[in-house]
Amino acid sequence: MENKNNNTRRKFLDKGLKLGFVSIIGGFGLSKLISKSSAQSKSSTSEKIELMTTDGTLIQVDSSEVVEIEHSTNHEKKYNVREGMPNRKFVMVVDLAKCKNALACQSACNKGHYITGDNAWLKVYKMQESKETSPYWMPTQCQHCDQPACVTVCPVDATFKRRDGLVLIDNERCIGCRFCMAACPYSSRVFNWDDPKQEEVYTNLDMNDHPVSTPEFGGLPSVKGTVDKCDFCPHQIEKDELPFCVSACPNGVFYFGDKYEDTVTNGDETLRLSKLLEDKAGYRLMESLGTEPSVYYLPPTDRLVDFKDGLDKFTEFQSVEKPKL
Amino acid sequence: MKNLDTLLKDLAPRKFKKLGVLWTASLILIIIIGVAAYIDQLIKGQVVTNMRDYSLWGIYISNFVFFVATSFVGSVTVAILRLTKNTWRTPLVRIAEIISLAAIVMAGITIMIDMARPDRLLNLFIHARLQSPITWDVIIIPTYIVLSFLLLYFPVIPDLALLKKHFKKESPFLSKWYGKLSLNWKGSKAQKIIQEKSIKIIALMIIPVGLILQTIDAWLFSTTYRVGWNSTNMGAYFISGAFVAGIGALVVVVYVLRKVYKLEDYITPFHFDKMGKLLVLGCLTYLYFNINEYLIPAFTASVEEEIHLNSLFKGHYAPLFWAVTIGGLIIPILVLLFKKGRKPRSMFIIGILVVIGSWWKRYVIVTSTLLHPFLPIQGVPESWRHYFPSVHEWLITIATLAMALLIITVLVRYLPIIPIQRTMDEQKLFKNNKNPEL
Repeated sequence: MENKNNNTRRKFLDKGLKLGFVSIIGGFGLSKLISKSSAQSKSSTSEKIELMTTDGTLIQVDSSEVVEIEHSTNHEKKYNVREGMPNRKFVMVVDLAKCKNALACQSACNKGHYITGDNAWLKVYKMQESKETSPYWMPTQCQHCDQPACVTVCPVDATFKRRDGLVLIDNERCIGCRFCMAACPYSSRVFNWDDPKQEEVYTNLDMNDHPVSTPEFGGLPSVKGTVDKCDFCPHQIEKDELPFCVSACPNGVFYFGDKYEDTVTNGDETLRLSKLLEDKAGYRLMESLGTEPSVYYLPPTDRLVDFKDGLDKFTEFQSVEKPKL
Repeated sequence: MKNLDTLLKDLAPRKFKKLGVLWTASLILIIIIGVAAYIDQLIKGQVVTNMRDYSLWGIYISNFVFFVATSFVGSVTVAILRLTKNTWRTPLVRIAEIISLAAIVMAGITIMIDMARPDRLLNLFIHARLQSPITWDVIIIPTYIVLSFLLLYFPVIPDLALLKKHFKKESPFLSKWYGKLSLNWKGSKAQKIIQEKSIKIIALMIIPVGLILQTIDAWLFSTTYRVGWNSTNMGAYFISGAFVAGIGALVVVVYVLRKVYKLEDYITPFHFDKMGKLLVLGCLTYLYFNINEYLIPAFTASVEEEIHLNSLFKGHYAPLFWAVTIGGLIIPILVLLFKKGRKPRSMFIIGILVVIGSWWKRYVIVTSTLLHPFLPIQGVPESWRHYFPSVHEWLITIATLAMALLIITVLVRYLPIIPIQRTMDEQKLFKNNKNPEL
């Protein structure tokens, strides 16, 4: 008897659940159908209007679909750290023909971003493709890829890609899984294994002024257990200044600019990006991977400097100068 | 043919003797030391490990992969053997389920140990992004934990009801808990139908979920550009590796429990022979994918790939690589192909070889690749070019292994390791059918 009761209750519950599920789906479908049919009834006018899209093609649109929109007035307020600066696309060109490993870029970057670890964000690699080919110096930092492998694998959206081309890190969100570092083929990411202790090394830095790190100024402050990397200096751009490495380089190796404006500058000369890349056969690192970097390289041809001049400064095991305490 | 009383006497959980108590106490001690090391890591940061910007993953991740692989034994032995109606599995399934549950729970814990900011664990849910393989892991591991638990729990319910009666006089406290956990099991037909149905659904579900779990684990690596990881072979390679690691662990645990609990009547050389065949099947499959992974790429290796393969074949990682390949794969195949090699004692030794080989194999997979990035390693301290785990890493890792063993030990202490009810039912069945086996 009890068993039977049990069974009927079970069946009732089972049927009830199924019925409820079906009615939810049915209701949803019905509402969709209704909204569709009402939309169709609205488009009864047969007047067409010709419009031009942003890329210049002409299209015809039913006049009833055309709605006037107000011009937005709050450009400034709409600025979003994750969206980036509107209508800009930052790029960099590195002229390998001029680099002689002066390392001014590196020390300016280290100081500017208060780096205290053992791995700099910008490194000048001693490169040689094969025994027969000539060695050269290659400054490399985050390539700010348009198809960033690091962003794809981040589980919490801590590292993100902006419309202005920058790949940045929200150090207040990063969980320290280091998957982005494994994903990056350029080894450009560094990790705060230890407490950064920036105020001890950079005595001019008052941590009370910077309680929370912002993606737009990497390393200010660095957060233990999170990833850092080159931020393309949006904090400098904001002040209408060039990134630390660009302005520090004594040889004008780095050109920084805006792809939409098609101009890049190293501080001394301002050039057309497309022409520069065409004239000097610009290329990008590991193009075959499809990461679409924002950093272009000009091959080390017709060099004004001797490779050997850079050897004095080359330190195999150090990229961040430790202050003498 | 044994009656219920003998079965209960033989198979009901028993109090630990001296050795058991000593074993449990040492496990707890190891765990306490590991927890202390972990707390120190929490305070000081990951700097206490020997991981650095190049070798950015180390023993924690390889240990995690090992646990995930071992947890596959539940899907294989229990579900697959069940669906293929292999009745010899009966005395082994409970042990397999216990190993599976312990391993997957520990996998979940180990991956958190690697996180440098465990305080931000909730971000994985609040800001979850579906495109990241880590998010897939966050979804699949809890799913597998639940399924593994249910696959252990549902079949044990009738036994819990039996134990409730059995312990009535001896230990009223235990009896009460067995009663509560047995969910009022009376063995009625309706209950049996529901139980049978539930187990079938779980068994059907755990096979795809298990395959997905192993594959996602492989995709953690193969979704990067890294040489040695970026391989389409990875998913199948990891599944077959998990097959081997899981069965290896099962053989070892079964052998030990059989010795300690004197279960020679229930777990016979016949069962070892069967497990041996299953293990050698796994090993052969794994060998096939190893050839695909290491030997075939050598023919068309790019410069980066050649550097990587050279470090495995004759460089820094060569001793370890060949040890795990020969010791953990070739020797087991050669021994287990012969009937003599599938005797209990030789199986036990092979099982240990396989488990140790599996653990180190994952270490080789994880750490060797990271030390060969695309751009040269320059401008960092010399020590960043190598990796060997620090004391903290060893203590914590050994503690996680001890914790897995402790979970197994506790479950073995309180659950009948061989299904009592099922053994009885099957005995009746065999008697009626005059089945000569068993």
